[in-house]
Amino acid sequence: MPLDLSFVGRTYPPTAPYQVGREKIREFARAIGADDALYLDPEAARAGGYADVVAPPTFPVVITMAASRQIVDDPELGVDYSRVVHGEQRFAYTRAVVAGDELVCVNTIEEIISRGGHEFLTTRTDVTTTAGEPVVSVWSKLVVRGEG
Amino acid sequence: MDLPVQTYRVTRADLVRYAGASGDFNPIHWSERIATKVGLPGVIAHGMFTMALVGRAVTAWAGAPDAVVEYSVRFSRPVPVPDDDEGTEVQVSGVVKGETEGGDTRIEITATCHGEKVLSQARAIVRRESP
Repeated sequence: MPLDLSFVGRTYPPTAPYQVGREKIREFARAIGADDALYLDPEAARAGGYADVVAPPTFPVVITMAASRQIVDDPELGVDYSRVVHGEQRFAYTRAVVAGDELVCVNTIEEIISRGGHEFLTTRTDVTTTAGEPVVSVWSKLVVRGEG
Repeated sequence: MDLPVQTYRVTRADLVRYAGASGDFNPIHWSERIATKVGLPGVIAHGMFTMALVGRAVTAWAGAPDAVVEYSVRFSRPVPVPDDDEGTEVQVSGVVKGETEGGDTRIEITATCHGEKVLSQARAIVRRESP
């Protein structure tokens, strides 16, 4: 069943705050082989002018992918997640994420396109601190593959 | 100065580690049975893992983890990762494509696996000087 085009432009309520942990940043940095001290060592991060260890550029996806389940699990929109492939990804940063940040996501459906039997769903997640300071905006294009 | 060519080795163990760190437990990244059932050549790397490896190359080149202002990719081909000790290799390189109006540096990135492009339209904008 095609996705409902009336969902384009819809913004969902803010997600519950996500507490960015130092060990989560370290775990993520190690998983991608990033060994710069700023990712791992709070002393080095502070010496570099940061409040705590700094997250690698793609780290926000840890938070936004979980948050965007709000959209893909919306029964009214009707995405069949077993047919979803990740098509494109974009980040626009205001500042890097650091350990200790408490972040809130606001999801918006930016675009739904039907082409060649597939559907392309573009979501934007605006990530801010709980105080409302912008941190990063994250766009994902999900391809819902057609049946057959 | 352009980004020097970097080669990253990717094994199944890396995918398991990335799945845990990122929270993306989609079975196509660890189960041969499910990956082939949905028409993939086998277990494939997370697109976001490949994007993260490119991010490593860019931030290392820029000299600061927060020097990247914008970063975008299109996932054009999967990166199949065989179930052996060698895994596969992803090669990353980048070319400086000039400046934005604000004086930041535009980079165009190439990521290949077995000579084929796995990312297309991979671009980053990097702050000229980190704060």
